[in-house]
Amino acid sequence: MAGGREIKTKIKSVQNTRKVTRALEMVSASKIRKAQDLMKASRPYARLMRQVIGHIAKANTEYQHPFMVARSEIKRVGYIVVSTDRGLCGGLNSNLFRRIIGEIRELSDRGVQIDVVAIGAKANAFFKRLKVNLVGSATHLGEKPQVAALIGVIKVMLDAYTDGRIDQLKLAYNDFVNTMTQKPTIDTLLPLPPADGLTATHDWDYIYEPGPEVVLDHVLTRYIESLVYQATLENLASEHAARMVAMKSASDNATKAIETLSLIYNKARQAAITQEISEIVGGAAAV
Amino acid sequence: MTSTIRCDIVSAEEEIFHGAAQMIVATGEMGELGIAPRHAPLITRLKPGQVRVILENGSEQFFYVSGGILEVQPQVVTVLADTAIRAKDLDEAAANKAKEAAERALANRTDALEIAQAQAQLAQAMAQLQALERLRKALKH
Repeated sequence: MAGGREIKTKIKSVQNTRKVTRALEMVSASKIRKAQDLMKASRPYARLMRQVIGHIAKANTEYQHPFMVARSEIKRVGYIVVSTDRGLCGGLNSNLFRRIIGEIRELSDRGVQIDVVAIGAKANAFFKRLKVNLVGSATHLGEKPQVAALIGVIKVMLDAYTDGRIDQLKLAYNDFVNTMTQKPTIDTLLPLPPADGLTATHDWDYIYEPGPEVVLDHVLTRYIESLVYQATLENLASEHAARMVAMKSASDNATKAIETLSLIYNKARQAAITQEISEIVGGAAAV
Repeated sequence: MTSTIRCDIVSAEEEIFHGAAQMIVATGEMGELGIAPRHAPLITRLKPGQVRVILENGSEQFFYVSGGILEVQPQVVTVLADTAIRAKDLDEAAANKAKEAAERALANRTDALEIAQAQAQLAQAMAQLQALERLRKALKH
């Protein structure tokens, strides 16, 4: 029985692989729900924050915060890249990185330099290999990312912007559209894009305590932080969704492979039996 | 009927309170603030401490915040609470840590930093104690 045992071992190993991918698929499916709950829980803060920012933009502020002023010349651009900590999630990270690389190449051609901070181990590893200036990183945020874990990397970029070391700040992450679709997205964080219809319409201003500079600085910093936090949650949900889909297709492929292998195995067995019979018959005829 | 003001208290990680209130008392950076309906527009930073919300029926609710932003519009009060303990030096430390993580170097904490950390923790503990005390008093009555 030529190769019969080898084929059988192969089937066993594929079956084991399928067990693993099935398990991963199931784990991701349950984690998606948790990630979506987190996303939902963080939404009121983002909404109210936007509302407050909207009010500020409407108010007759005598003070112009540097975050709101666009700079005429852009020499250096900062990127905050949100990625996953673990792999096995299909093309999620590579699709995002490809988009970023495209943008970076375009900017480099115009002589613009790039700073990057990485959130997630995959981005950290990827940009370390690349010849870009990696100025900060935060990895291993876990299943329930905390704002506290992100403060550091955001501050690195905001300080760079305030000091004029970068002239623009962008945020790259995977937007969770639904379980099947995740969209690589690059948003501009700074300068704050002017919102429509938010010009000073009222003749009022806030009472600032202690002063407009301090308060606005505080509010805008928190706003940026909430945006990055939101992006991290979106990316987390995307990660689980992408992993679930990738593992599902891996399980399906394994099932197909097992089918094919079983067929080959059966054929080989049949051939061996046929051969044996014909040998017996041949032997009997010779006698 | 008493006049009320809408009050939203949220943190980045969850919604904490949402409803109508007679008055909101919070610890702003310049001192204690009592916000009644039709207060003038105001925006301030909050110190670690409690936010007291007096509900329509006169009962009180306490929330502990470790800092944040208070925004007052004539009809609505918004409290954007911080979830993490924040201080300038601590933020600086977080930034440095992120930088060092990128450089794969070990963090060397300075003395000034440890003091700032201790102070922030102390302030937080004090505020928590105060909140507890008031709660205990409220329960006695």
